[in-house]
Amino acid sequence: MAVVFEKPKALTDAVFHYCPGCPHGIIHRLVAEVIDELGIEGKAIGVAPVGCAVMAYDYFACDMIEAAHGRAPAVATGIKRCRPENVVFTYQGDGDLASIGMAETVHSAARNENITVIFVNNAIYGMTGGQMAPTSLPGQVTQTSPYGRDVNHCGWPIKVCEMLSTLEGPEYITRVAVNNVKNVKNAKKAIKKAFQNQIEGKGFSLVEVVSACPTNWGMTPQQALEWVESDMLPYYPIGVYKDRTAAKEGTV
Amino acid sequence: MAERVLMKGNEAIAEAAIRAGCRHYFGYPITPQTEIAAYMAKKMPKIGGVFLQAESEVASINMVYGAAAAGMRVMTSSSSPGISLKAEGLSYIAGSDVPALVVNVQRGGPGLGGIQPSQSDYFQATKGGGHGDYRMIVLAPASVQEMASLTIKGFNLADKYLMTAMILADGTIGQMMEPISFEDAEIETYEKPWALTGTNCERKHNVVNSLYLKPDELEAKNFERYERYKIVEQNEAMWEEYMMEDAELCVVAFGIASRVAKNAVAAARAEGIKVGLIRPITLWPFPKDALAFAAEKVKGFVSVELSMGQMIEDIRLATQCNKPVGLCNRCGGMIPSPDEVLESIRKAQKGEF
Amino acid sequence: MANVTFHTDLCKGCGLCVNACPKGILAIAADKINKKGYSPAVMTDQEKCIGCAFCATMCPDCIITVEK
Repeated sequence: MAVVFEKPKALTDAVFHYCPGCPHGIIHRLVAEVIDELGIEGKAIGVAPVGCAVMAYDYFACDMIEAAHGRAPAVATGIKRCRPENVVFTYQGDGDLASIGMAETVHSAARNENITVIFVNNAIYGMTGGQMAPTSLPGQVTQTSPYGRDVNHCGWPIKVCEMLSTLEGPEYITRVAVNNVKNVKNAKKAIKKAFQNQIEGKGFSLVEVVSACPTNWGMTPQQALEWVESDMLPYYPIGVYKDRTAAKEGTV
Repeated sequence: MAERVLMKGNEAIAEAAIRAGCRHYFGYPITPQTEIAAYMAKKMPKIGGVFLQAESEVASINMVYGAAAAGMRVMTSSSSPGISLKAEGLSYIAGSDVPALVVNVQRGGPGLGGIQPSQSDYFQATKGGGHGDYRMIVLAPASVQEMASLTIKGFNLADKYLMTAMILADGTIGQMMEPISFEDAEIETYEKPWALTGTNCERKHNVVNSLYLKPDELEAKNFERYERYKIVEQNEAMWEEYMMEDAELCVVAFGIASRVAKNAVAAARAEGIKVGLIRPITLWPFPKDALAFAAEKVKGFVSVELSMGQMIEDIRLATQCNKPVGLCNRCGGMIPSPDEVLESIRKAQKGEF
Repeated sequence: MANVTFHTDLCKGCGLCVNACPKGILAIAADKINKKGYSPAVMTDQEKCIGCAFCATMCPDCIITVEK
């Protein structure tokens, strides 16, 4: 018998600190599988965010740096401009990327910075205990929107892929999900493409991964994945929002 | 005779940085330091370097953090309000023990303040600015020549002690033109085994990080860092003394204020007042020993500052308040005339501080 | 014939593998508690396993190895 599935080598032996059923673990694994398959562990440099994935630097076996809240794309820019031969990626949540770090996100995309951004959208601030995020859905109950997100009071959720795809700059903007086996497999394909784009010098690639937060959503892990399907994905549809190379080649 | 070139203070910083091996500059426009960015924008592409105008001061300091972690000699420059924005990154750079050079060509504050010269970021530079226990090496040039030589020195010290070196200049020296030479510049290089280069699958991963969730680990890290700072304090304090041999009064001033003060000291000497000048070149580490030694001889000090009086507190600490310390100050972009300083010296001579 | 191995000590008992299994042969062992204090996932009928690795695909803690 041959091993058909095991923990990827680009992950260290450290045990994830995430809550039971938290898809961060799945997304970490997908990134690591892609690093393994592309044979880039020795060249990869990862930038960890502030948020639940703050300790991602313990989990990835490649060189890692911890950025200030929202600044990962700026830190990645600094690294990539110094070491263009390395493969530089950020791993960020919705509060980090779409709220405090929005300027860094938009401008690194506008510059078509040759980096790979993994954006995990679970519609809530997990690490601080479940506050309203820039991507929390209208009506969504959180610790800081206890009566449901009132869009007349605090505005509407930000659709990052839709917004970034209006820019000339970025190469590849796509949204995937990890709520079932099929979507996880497709998410991996998108992440792989986002890394390949960088290796080929194509530029800024962002994969938004619609995820879940069972703990702060107050659901079981399975219920949370079902809520992704029923509530998150209608608001944040899966799809390729920008693919410059494919558009040029007429393949989309 | 060394070859001398006429340069503007801000441009001298930029040229010195390039000579020190800096090939990465990240910045954001702000008056009165923009010549540094303009010089870098022109030169860097021609020497295989990178000039990048970021979307904000916040982004630029975080790009510096990334580049520093990647093991490069890297810098940014700004002016007072911009340095406030960079404070976040300065704290992370300190907490991660990576070296960087940051230039503050000061203007008046607080708030948007003005665009004229000032020294009112002394506290911000020497006492923190960002959060947490940390220090920066703070170098205060008083001439265009020092804008260049302290920039090179700053890169060397930053790499040697794995910390930020800040050039605390002001709008006057930034805009001033003087002949300078680069011939005495000593460029030191240091190994950076901690840098993010990619593991090449040959070593354990390097992690550049300032997060320590276990309190005992964070405490140990801070103690370790302060041991390093102690060595900096012991070895790296720099200052200039002028007419201090027989001085009975001591004027203390740095940067552009020291040049006004020097003229006033010379004028007071002509009147027979035995006064000298101590000019701190490093503001951190503050030349405490020089001040303490002077306090044993002189009857008092006059601090000349382009602020409401910030360095004066360090003079009092260094001299343990053993002697009175007077303040001769202008702020908001105003600079005292030599006569104003002379008047303060005359008063001090009469025991009025 | 396929073989699924659980690194049971690291299982957090989230149950995502149980739901992902097309053969319905995984379960949370309510009568067991692992080192982390969770009731872990277990294989109930190895014979029926087809080695599709759906369980491992959905496992957030990389505790499942699949051989085929």
